[in-house]
Order: sequence, then structure tokens, then C-alpha cells
Amino acid sequence: MLTPEEQKEIEEEIAHYPERRAACIDALRVVQKHRGWVSDEAVADIAAFLGTTPDEVDSVATFYNLIHRRPVGRHVIRVCDSVSCWIVGYEQIRDHLRQRLQVEFGQTTADGRFTLLPIVCLGACDRAPAMMIDEDLYGNLTPEAVDAILERYE
Amino acid sequence: MSELAMERPLTARIRPDGEMVGIEDYERAGGYQAARQAMQMEPRAIVEEVKKSNLRGRGGAGFPTGLKWSFVPVGPEAPRPKYLVANADEMEPGTFKDRLLLEGDPHQLIEGMIIAARAIEAERGYIFLRGEYTLAARRIARALAEAEARGYLGRNIFGSGTDFHLRLHISAGRYMCGEETGLLNALEGKRANPRAKPPYPQVSGLFGKPTIVQNVETLCNIPHIVRHGADWFRGLSRTADGGTKLYGVSGRVRRPGCWELPMGTTIREILEEHAGGMRDGLRLRGLLPGGASTDFLTEQHLDVPMDFNEVARAGSRLGTGTMIVLDDRTCPVGMVLNLTHFFAQESCGWCTPCWSGLSWAEQILAAIESGDGHLEDLERLEHICRMVAPGNTFCALAPGAAEPLQSALKYFREDFERHIRERRCPWRNAQ
Repeated sequence: MLTPEEQKEIEEEIAHYPERRAACIDALRVVQKHRGWVSDEAVADIAAFLGTTPDEVDSVATFYNLIHRRPVGRHVIRVCDSVSCWIVGYEQIRDHLRQRLQVEFGQTTADGRFTLLPIVCLGACDRAPAMMIDEDLYGNLTPEAVDAILERYE
Repeated sequence: MSELAMERPLTARIRPDGEMVGIEDYERAGGYQAARQAMQMEPRAIVEEVKKSNLRGRGGAGFPTGLKWSFVPVGPEAPRPKYLVANADEMEPGTFKDRLLLEGDPHQLIEGMIIAARAIEAERGYIFLRGEYTLAARRIARALAEAEARGYLGRNIFGSGTDFHLRLHISAGRYMCGEETGLLNALEGKRANPRAKPPYPQVSGLFGKPTIVQNVETLCNIPHIVRHGADWFRGLSRTADGGTKLYGVSGRVRRPGCWELPMGTTIREILEEHAGGMRDGLRLRGLLPGGASTDFLTEQHLDVPMDFNEVARAGSRLGTGTMIVLDDRTCPVGMVLNLTHFFAQESCGWCTPCWSGLSWAEQILAAIESGDGHLEDLERLEHICRMVAPGNTFCALAPGAAEPLQSALKYFREDFERHIRERRCPWRNAQ
């Protein structure tokens, strides 16, 4: 079931479109904001709330890079793997994160603290290599800088 | 008005301390005067002025903005509501220009949208923002609230008797959303697959209504054109295209960054004077002039002026105007593999040449890069480039993906052959 708070927030989004189902992506974002990810049950609940089908909602949920259809850790690390970052040292940053966190892309650390994901160009090419942790952007990364940044997230 | 504001209208107000320009500072610097002026103008007069300015779309395609607006049906018989959408889904790899405008001066975009909405008589608008631009999202939300509080958005804006409701839509991320019709599907809550054209969005777009989708930088130019006129705007440029351009440089140069310069500034000037040239000990091998989906240019093209026609004449595209530099210690095959991986991953799967061709190209490039390639593979890659050429797919994603690949096969063929001959990546093993 969608919580009353989730329902209220989704209704606010719906008000800005001429049809309910147009708020599909907003609804997925609302649910993910509260729960961290979007479960099968939540997909069905959103579908019922918007007057569409679970298949339809799932096809949207799986299409977009920032919607999680599996549980994630307390913090999500997104490392830019696109061209400008690749040129200036993406592979070194990726390998450092994998080793330091002992996870591969798509996995969550044993303590549930971090999920490591690749992301397409973050539009921070003048500060490459770059990554995001949750809503925060970090650029000009070095392995040492990455270590210091990770300390800020519990 | 200061000299700087007259030379670099888009970025003159942006604060060096990184904070956004709030509504008070924006208005003190002359902001929203153009919107007031536009409210006294006939919509057709605004369209004519923008046509005269020779403003061309800054998202990459370079379509003349005023001409695009003139396709929208107007008058009492026109379908309602009509929509105006700002494409703030900056996802072209190597592109970071709209971020500067969105984070630094969001009111400029809002004012541009108010005027554009007046020109096409749109009563509803959306700013379609990529989800990763979290700082921009907070600042746009603040700017929207400030503008609404002053009666510049919502009902009866500026006391003109017309309404313009503007909403921030935060995307959940996919390169396809930057494609005009893919974006419209995303705004309707669907997968961002492209639509067949015609009908064009100007006639039947968002929710089947007339819609204009315009890049952020394009819209930010509008207040300045209205305020200072088309002649002044054309004079900012060194070529036939009007205005300034935000140019960017990334890669291993001394000072990667983004600068507002006259349209038609040469590659050499941008690269050497503004980006400071290559980092010590590195040599330029090539560059993608306008983001990932543009053909490579090389040293012989350094004096090409960066405008739509001149870059096209050199065999590439101005695209977003943000160049990605390839140096001699970076493997061209690896770079093209990285680019092709991106396009294959971001393909929406709608057209077979795109989803099948690009993933095939990625596999071939990965094999070559890791030392398992064959000389026939180069012909296969050229074949794929022909198969995804314009006309074979619904949208520009696959033709765009072919641009760096086909030009790399031309300019860096020797490097591809060396990978195949030596059965290894000479760069990777050297490091």
C-alpha cells in the first residue's frame, strides 16, 4: 500500500498534468525517496493509483537509470563512466572503489552502507573524474580524495 | 548596462562565488524587463525578431529558432493548451554548458520561457531537468517560487491578462530523454522512445497539443534578443549565425572549462587561449567538437570557426559546442569503445539498426581493444555505420553514435590496425 504521505505527494504531481498516468515517473521517484527502491508490490500499487497496469509501470521503472528495482544501501555511489572521465582516469577511480568497498558494480557492501553503480556522463566534465554520492557531486577525484569523501557517509 | 553584459549576455550575471543570482539581483541587472516589454508586443512580432536574430537551436541540431516557433498554430482556432518545454536534460557525454546557466542564473531561463510562451501563445510550460542535476533542481525551484510570488508566472502574468504556468519536471535519467519526442513521451510518464515524425511536435506534441521543445541555452538568449534587438544579437557573432555560444573543453588540457564567446570562435582559440592547450608532454590527436555524437576533427581543423555551417563543412557538427579532446597517450580505440558502449546502453530498443547494430559494434570494438580483433572487423564496423545512417532509424541516436566511430576509422585507422596486428592495446600495455 502507498502510505498517505506518498499518496499526497503523488497527487500533488498529478495536478500538474492533464492525465493521472503522466505522473508515473514522479510517482516512482516519490516512492523511491521514501523507501530507497521500488518493489514489485510498489509497482502494482502505483499502477492502481494512476489507473494503469503494473506492466506499464514496470516498463517505465526499468527504463530509467535512476529508479532502483532492487534494494540499495544507505548511500548510492554513482561513478561517471563516460568519455571525459574515462580519458582522465575513470578506471583508476572505479578500481579503487571496488577494492576499497569489496563490491562490484550493482552490489551493496556487506554492512549495507554503500551501493556502487556506474552512471552516464554527469555533466561535470571540467572536473573529471567525477562521481555522485546520493545528491552530492564530487569532481577532480583521486583515490585519496575518494577515501576522504567516503568517510562523510555513515 | 555594463560592457561585459553586452558582450557576454548569457553569463555576465553569473556570480564568481558559485551562488545563484536571486530575483533581486536579477532585476537590478535589468532582468524581467524584456518579459515586460514582450507583454506589450504582438506574439508574431516576437517570432519575427527571433527569426531576424539568426538564433539557431543550441541543443545540437541548430534548427532556426524563430522558424520553429512559426510552425505553431496560433489564434482563437488553435488547439489548447499549448506547451513550451525547456530541454534541460543535458546528457550528451562531454557536455556541461547548460549546468552553468541552470545553477548560476535560473531566472534568465524562466524569463526566456515567459517570452517564448508569449510568442507561441503557450499557457503551460515544463522545465525538463535531468535527475542528477540536484543543485540546479533546488535553485530552479527557488527561482520559480520567487517569480510566482511576484506575479511573473501563473495567472495574469505581469497584469497582461494571459496565464503561464511553469512546472519543474525532474527526470529519472536516460539519454533518450534529450531527443525531442522521447522527451515528450517521458513527460507523459512513458518510456522515452522516439515518435514518428510527422506530425511534428509544433503541431501535435505533448498530450497531442502544439508544443515547442527548446534547449536551455537557446531560451536564455531570448530575453537579450527582445531587449537589445536582432541586429545587436547578430553583431555578437563572428559568422552568419547570431549570438554568442557557450563553448566547453574537457580531456587532458591545462584548464578544462566552459566559456561564453562569440559564435564562430575558432577551435584553436578555444583550445589554446581558453583551455590553456594540452597538458605538459601531451600532443593533440583529435577532438569531438560538440559532444560524443559528433565526428572527430584533427589538428588540420584547428582554424575552423565553431559555428553550425563551418564545422559541418569540416565534416563534423557543432553539436553542443563542448569539445572532448583526445591526446596521444589515450587510446583512440578505447575512446570509441567507451562512446559506443554509452550509445548501445542508452539505445531505447525501438529500432533494430540501433539496438542491434550498436551492441554489435561495441562487441567488435571490445574484441579489437583486447587483442582479439581481425582486419575484417573494420569493414564490419563501417557496414554498421552505414546501416544506422540517417533515415534508417526513428531518431538521431544511432546516426549520432556512428559519427565518432566512422571518423575514428578514417583518422585513426592505423591505430585500429595496430591493435589487430599486435593482438593487444599498445596504450594499455605501455602504462
